[in-house]
This record gives sequence, C-alpha cells and structure tokens, in this order.
Amino acid sequence: MKAAVITFPGSNCDRDLAVAFEGVGAQVTRVWHKDTELPAGTDIVGIPGGFSFGDYLRCGAIAARSPIARAITEFAARGGHVIGICNGFQVLVEMGLLPGALLRNTNLKYICKPVALRVVAENSAFTAGYTTGAQITVPIAHHDGNYTADAQTIARLQGDGRVAFTYVDNPNGSVADIAGVLSENRRVLGMMPHPERAFSTVHGGTDGRAMFDGLISAFAPA
Amino acid sequence: MKLRVFVTLKTGVLDPQGEAVRHALGALGFEGVNGVRQGKMIELDLAETDPEKAREQAHAMCEKLLANTVIESYHVEHA
Repeated sequence: MKAAVITFPGSNCDRDLAVAFEGVGAQVTRVWHKDTELPAGTDIVGIPGGFSFGDYLRCGAIAARSPIARAITEFAARGGHVIGICNGFQVLVEMGLLPGALLRNTNLKYICKPVALRVVAENSAFTAGYTTGAQITVPIAHHDGNYTADAQTIARLQGDGRVAFTYVDNPNGSVADIAGVLSENRRVLGMMPHPERAFSTVHGGTDGRAMFDGLISAFAPA
Repeated sequence: MKLRVFVTLKTGVLDPQGEAVRHALGALGFEGVNGVRQGKMIELDLAETDPEKAREQAHAMCEKLLANTVIESYHVEHA
C-alpha cells in the first residue's frame, strides 16, 4: 500500500499518521500543500490533524483551497481512498468531499481525552479491521468537532450506512453522535478521533491500529 | 472600492458561542436578551470601480471561500 500524507502549515499529526501507516508496512510519501500532484501509484491519501493555516477564517477552509487539494479531489473522483482525521476531517468537508460541517463544540471547550466509539459502518476498507458494533477507545483533541448537517443529509448518511463511527457518550454536541462519516463510494472517511494516536502500547491504547491493519489487508495484492 | 461582507450562521444552525454570550449578558444584568447570534465581518478593498461588478466579485468570493454555505449565509454591502 502506498500512502501519501499531506502537510499544511500548522499540521501537527502528519508525522504520527505517517508512522502509523509505516507501522503496518505501508510505503509513505510526505506531500507538501504546495505540491500539485500526488506521487504516482498512491493508494491512499492521509490528511492529518493539526491547525492548518492557524484555523484562519474557518477550520480547514484555507487548506481546502490549496494546490494539493485539487489533486486530492481528482484522486477521490477516480475512486482513490482518502482519510481525513480531525483537522483533516474539517478539510474534507470544506473541500466538499464529505457532507456537513464541523462547528464549535457545544461546551465551547477544547476537549482532549480518550473517548469510546462505536464502529457502525460495514463494507469499508477503513472499518474492515473492526467488528461492526464493536466499542473502541480512541482519543479526541479538538475545539471544533461538533458535526452538523441538515436532517435530510443525516437521514441519508444513516440510511446508506455511511456513519462510520459514533460517540458512545457524545462529547461535543455532534448531531446523531456522529464521530466519522463516509463518502457515497465509501472510499473517503472523515473522523474527529485520532486512530493514529491509539496505535502502539506507549500511546496507552491500541484500538486505532485495527484501522490501519484493515486498510493494509484491503490493499494487499490478491 | 470597499465592501463589507457579513457572514453569519444560517437560521436553525446552533450557535454555541452566541448562546454563551447571551448567558454572559444575562449574568451582567442585561435583561430581555432573547437571542445572540455571532458572525464575522470581512472588509474587502477591491480594485474594481464599478459598484455592481464589485458586488458580483464579492459574491463569488463568498461562494468560493469566505462563507461555508452548508452552515453560513452572507450578505454584501458597499462600505
């Protein structure tokens, strides 16, 4: 599996994401936001957490209009896999690759703690390493993770099984406890929790690793 | 030509910051504050001198960047 991990000015989980991909045997290329093309043969793009462009204007808004964003949009349109974590999720909704938006947490606080998630989605490379319905613990670290979308969009996401993860105990006010959503073709995932921060025992938990294991097996040569 | 763009959350989208401000106003003794909605104002200084064209430019900027029309609405005024 060839992974491309994007770095914007202000990204701070790019290295962690690269280490997680490498930890399951992926070949990782780091890509700068001013690059206009993804490396040839890229299987999956990782948009990391952080504070791209200082969260100016809106979280993810400037990053979503960067040169590499155009290349990612084309890659996704060709059926490429993209994962956006935390700020990466905010970038994906700003790019229009995922529906909805992420508002300020209802308690107005930056929340940084491990949370319990329910694995909801089936039939996606991102959740292939999990049993549907499983409860996992993965950290969150965000100020603007309150997912919102209109009622029709939420109904469609739920009806099509595109809600990837829900919070067991909603920390931020997200509609329908949504922690992560999939695109229509199920190949783009955006999620606020950080699976790459629950990868190794030194992180205090390893429940995030199954996502990367699942991805590797999805891309394994048949 | 200077224009002002006002970006606010759409009606129906919860505004936790506005709610916090409303509570704080109540705590300070301001009674009867039924609602507070927080937004942002962006001042543009454009080279365009035709008012109608300048407004069109500002609208295009709102659609492409300045507002997230999933959750926000905007309006443009000449400054």
